[in-house]
Amino acid sequence: MNWFWYASPQTFYPLAGRIALGCGIAAALLAAAGLYVGFFVAPTDAQQGEVYRVIYIHVPAAWMSMFIYVVMACWAALGLAFNTRLSGMMATALAPTGALFTFIALWTGSLWGRPTWGTYWVWDARLTSELILLFLYLGFIALQAAIDDPRRADRAGALLAIVGAVNIPIIHYSVVWWNTLHQGASVSMAKAPTVAAQMLTGMLLMALAFWAYSIAVTMVRVRCIIREREA
Amino acid sequence: MSDYGFYLWGSYAVTFLLLFAEIVFLMKRKREAKA
Repeated sequence: MNWFWYASPQTFYPLAGRIALGCGIAAALLAAAGLYVGFFVAPTDAQQGEVYRVIYIHVPAAWMSMFIYVVMACWAALGLAFNTRLSGMMATALAPTGALFTFIALWTGSLWGRPTWGTYWVWDARLTSELILLFLYLGFIALQAAIDDPRRADRAGALLAIVGAVNIPIIHYSVVWWNTLHQGASVSMAKAPTVAAQMLTGMLLMALAFWAYSIAVTMVRVRCIIREREA
Repeated sequence: MSDYGFYLWGSYAVTFLLLFAEIVFLMKRKREAKA
């Protein structure tokens, strides 16, 4: 398969449609499985009770908020380096979904924090850096919307996206570098999970569902952008 | 559950409402782009 064939918006358009359909169906099935495991299979937490079940959306949403930003910055960098039209379109298409998941991570974290920490919000490093991520997404969207020429908007947005990427390791390592109220990572590649297997399964299924959802809506949005720009 | 219902269902309701809203807005944009 010649991958460069799909670097052109016109040839990518039909492929994006097929990916959107497949990922949309996968997202619905994975979310149904994740919610079933999260609510009917996973046990009640011994300390937090039922409210811990917020993690089935909070943790995957927080992962997606960071992952989408990294992918967005990579597309933006590709666009700057090779001046490819599709790269800028992909970065533009990813931003709203990234902002949405960042808001969901902050909202659900806040609602989980009130009964467990006793407060909706604290200015600790993890929460503050995640809030900055939301502002970076909103800044990217606003900057692109403020420039009429799409190619210039792509280049301006790309610079902001690349500079803002420095915030991602800060979010990830904030709980290690600083003494935060937010607890450390629940799941790590370097050590065994600290949560029960059923809880972990539910969380991973929801993470895959959010992943598939993000790909599906991004593909639909990039098809809209291709139609709007190339019309 | 009753003590924490607001926090738990408040999280799920807002999440799925936002995801649903994104899909609705996207479908509207898709229709406009095709028109």
